[in-house]
Amino acid sequence: MASPLLSRVSLSNSSAISFSSSISSTPLPRLFPPSSTAFPAESRRRISTVQSKIREIFMPALSSTMTEGKIVSWVKSEGDVLSKGESVVVVESDKADMDVETFYDGILAAIVVGEGETAPVGAAIGLLAETEEEIAEAKAKASNTASSSPPPAASSPPPSPAPTAVTPPPKAAPAAVPEGPRKIVATPYAKKLAKQHKVDIASVVGSGPFGRITPADIESAAGISPSKSSGVSAASSAPPPVSSPPPKAASAAAAPASAEIPGSTVVPFTTMQAAVSKNMLESLSVPTFRVGYPVVTDALDALYEKVKPKGVTMTALLAKAAAMALAQHPVVNASCKDGKSFTYNSSINIAVAVAINGGLITPVLQNADKLDLYLLSQKWKELVEKARAKQLQPHEYNSGTFTLSNLGMFGVDRFDAILPPGQGAIMAVGASKPTAVADADGFFSVKSKMLVNVTADHRIVYGADLAAFLQTFSKIIENPESLTL
Amino acid sequence: MQASISLSASPSLSLAKSNHAFESSFPITSSKPLNLRFCGLRREALGFSQLKRSDSLRVVVSSRSRSKKVSASSSGNGTAPKGFDYDLVIIGAGVGGHGAALHAVEKGLKTAIIEGDVVGGTCVNRGCVPSKALLAVSGRMRELQNEHHLKALGLQVAAAGYDRQGVADHANNLASKIRNNLTNSMKALGVDILTGVGTILGPQKVKYGKVGASDNIITAKDIIIATGSVPFVPKGIEVDGKTVITSDHALKLEFVPDWIAIVGSGYIGLEFSDVYTALGSEVTFIEALDQLMPGFDPEIGKLAQRVLVNPRNIDYHTGVFATKITPAKDGKPVIIELIDAKTKEPKDSLEVDAALIATGRAPFTKALGLENINVETQRGFVPVDERMQVIDAKGNLVPHLYCIGDANGKMMLAHAASAQGISVVEQVTGKDHVLNHLSIPAACFTHPEISMVGLTEPQAREKAEQEGFEISITKTSFKANTKALAENEGEGLAKLIYRPDNGEILGVHIFGLHAADLIHEASNAIALGTRIQDIKFAVHAHPTLSEVLDELFKSAKVNAHVSSPVNEPVAV
Repeated sequence: MASPLLSRVSLSNSSAISFSSSISSTPLPRLFPPSSTAFPAESRRRISTVQSKIREIFMPALSSTMTEGKIVSWVKSEGDVLSKGESVVVVESDKADMDVETFYDGILAAIVVGEGETAPVGAAIGLLAETEEEIAEAKAKASNTASSSPPPAASSPPPSPAPTAVTPPPKAAPAAVPEGPRKIVATPYAKKLAKQHKVDIASVVGSGPFGRITPADIESAAGISPSKSSGVSAASSAPPPVSSPPPKAASAAAAPASAEIPGSTVVPFTTMQAAVSKNMLESLSVPTFRVGYPVVTDALDALYEKVKPKGVTMTALLAKAAAMALAQHPVVNASCKDGKSFTYNSSINIAVAVAINGGLITPVLQNADKLDLYLLSQKWKELVEKARAKQLQPHEYNSGTFTLSNLGMFGVDRFDAILPPGQGAIMAVGASKPTAVADADGFFSVKSKMLVNVTADHRIVYGADLAAFLQTFSKIIENPESLTL
Repeated sequence: MQASISLSASPSLSLAKSNHAFESSFPITSSKPLNLRFCGLRREALGFSQLKRSDSLRVVVSSRSRSKKVSASSSGNGTAPKGFDYDLVIIGAGVGGHGAALHAVEKGLKTAIIEGDVVGGTCVNRGCVPSKALLAVSGRMRELQNEHHLKALGLQVAAAGYDRQGVADHANNLASKIRNNLTNSMKALGVDILTGVGTILGPQKVKYGKVGASDNIITAKDIIIATGSVPFVPKGIEVDGKTVITSDHALKLEFVPDWIAIVGSGYIGLEFSDVYTALGSEVTFIEALDQLMPGFDPEIGKLAQRVLVNPRNIDYHTGVFATKITPAKDGKPVIIELIDAKTKEPKDSLEVDAALIATGRAPFTKALGLENINVETQRGFVPVDERMQVIDAKGNLVPHLYCIGDANGKMMLAHAASAQGISVVEQVTGKDHVLNHLSIPAACFTHPEISMVGLTEPQAREKAEQEGFEISITKTSFKANTKALAENEGEGLAKLIYRPDNGEILGVHIFGLHAADLIHEASNAIALGTRIQDIKFAVHAHPTLSEVLDELFKSAKVNAHVSSPVNEPVAV
């Protein structure tokens, strides 16, 4: 697998206008003649005017007291074209079911929070892409968001339950086992909390009267300090009390959330995450090195604008460009399997890293050099859908010979990727930004420039190989007409 | 009418009976303005009979003694009943009997009221009145605990706490105060209060007396049965008064359990859930029907569930009967056995600290001597016609015998009983009068409150289908109301069900701040037959919550714009 996440979501990196800022932020062109490399990490960067093309649809605050909302239903489904003002989703707040409208035109690219699920106010519940091309990016982002959102988002763990480190199955008997096996008894608020914090109630040992599970038990199981509201009930006295219980709430408030960190939660890896972890460790045995290259993307952007309506995505363009470059530099597409030989791969299969459901997967565009852009785009769409549905076949994610990872949509200007075991190189693509460039004659101009950084296995790929490959890649991007052939 | 009754009833009945044609909704819901206000109430009730309003007012004010009163009321209706001890004897001094007695005196009848327990009946002693005291506390607790809400108002409150005994005392004090007011009001008017259990011996003859003491026998030209109801406890449930309780016990607030199961999610259950959760308890509802709050308009119920149940420490089991409830003893908690309401299969069992049985009310009609006049109760209720006249086993009307309030089961609300009593007095004094039960409002005093009058949407649709007319629905939100927003209580909905062809109001349902007070504009309109096209011109002070209804009426689209200036009162 490749670099940590890679979805492409364009935030707002189109710093446009900010000529000066772009200058400063742009790294110096390295080695090669900069001139005009064109390479859009994303389309949106091109226009100085606006912001991200992929927008998040947030869980709105429908009332002043609303802290989380439940998705009653999605009025639109993924792929539907939305226009400003249309109802997209029905959200149930603590108060009411309300239609939530979109403020932008676009395509509902991904549904992050499904029907019946709950999300805190402000969390992304869906992604709106401006164009079809970005749907894949949005989906990647969707999975990414899902994973990155902290505790509540444990919602949709991918494949398998994963090593149940924390929650073994019903331990059944609570501490104070009176007579024989008992059923689990939890108070209404305890159940509510358990659901909220995703605590397996069967694994909690009740400390309340008659071995009952109390809200405090759930809170300690979830690793949070007792909340005030639970305090109210906790403080209340036992049955037939003769004397009046003292102010309950008072005692409750007295124990506010203490600032200790013990509240950390341990969430076991999912199988996918475990696989990522294993691969990442394995990668340590490979001697890698990195070469970066600035690429001017104006021409590619222009091309992208042209082919976008035909369903071509930026991912396809980049994959195709990389594949064409690899065709001229087979060693970069090779791999070193035994440490003693080159294995020249018979086909060029571009793996594209995609963050999904808290994990990372690399659907593979096979024979990317041979397929045309349109087929590639279509193929990519299918792969992403399969990935989402967890239906990728092994050959669809482990047959890559070269990996592409793109974090440009986050505004990342450069990063380096970890080389996945079994491959010779991986390309990390940053955002394309308007940059002041001086040409050979000393004239300044502003070009969109993107930094790519390739990590390669130095046992088979040497510096000059990589540099030459990058130069080819850069030329293809700067003269992208060949991509459409 | 029928419909509305079964409606309010079904929720509370939940357990036990398969057929809830009339179960109580328990007078707790009534908002009867008791203390000192009885004249107001009476006047309101009179509104839709032929009233001699000025007259009646004068009577109330001046009638300190019977003689004066008699002279004041020129109805000429018997000072001295020929051959009878009284013109009217009322059995039961609850709210219904009290309302009837006051009106009877005003009409110049020589009146006696028999009470075997304490004056005030369920409402004053074990129902609406003390529960309002508890709810007043719970409402304030809620406000003080709601930091978010307080902060939004710019308030800072350290921590809210309560003293259980103090709360209980408040409820108890309120009940005795109201009871005294009631008693004094009757004494002041010269109503004879006879102590003992009243039994009908035969036509126009009643005996009363304390247990063990000798009976007194009196005769009366007309008799009203107003014996009310008691909490209904389904079979299999053992009430010990401590951990398994009814509303009678709960109102004493002898303890606040950590976790209480409430059997029945009607008005009573809902109000108690409001009290208990505000005081820190967790609540589990047990409801026999498939949804909570089955008696309410579905839309209102859904909203109410969102606000009153879901965010609170409440969970629920629906579609289940509690077949067996064992009080806590021998170190064991209260154990509740649940079976599926449909399949009757055992479903679950619960262990809680206490259980409140709020499954409705059963009529209290035992030892009334009904057999002496050949009247058979129907599941305890005394059968009556639309004029509250008692029907005997053969289906004939029993002359001079009436039954009002919970005992007849028509609409188990305190103010309904009172209105029925007034209606009966009108009849026995020579004015035919039929009470329009569809104009009687009901309210549930949760926070926020729920109130309603007339038909629910499904009932209205059914009626519209049968009778072939169209209905329309319109709604307004409290969110748009200035006063509600000023209070930071924008949560709420008012819903109007009406006939677009003639502007008749079929039902109004309100969920929101002070809904119980707001409903009367609608119930009065229904009682007086006011149409929407007329009432929408009425002016409301700004800014007030009443503008919610103003807006509601204005948003209705009535096709018949020709407003007929005079509408005949809708007597049914």
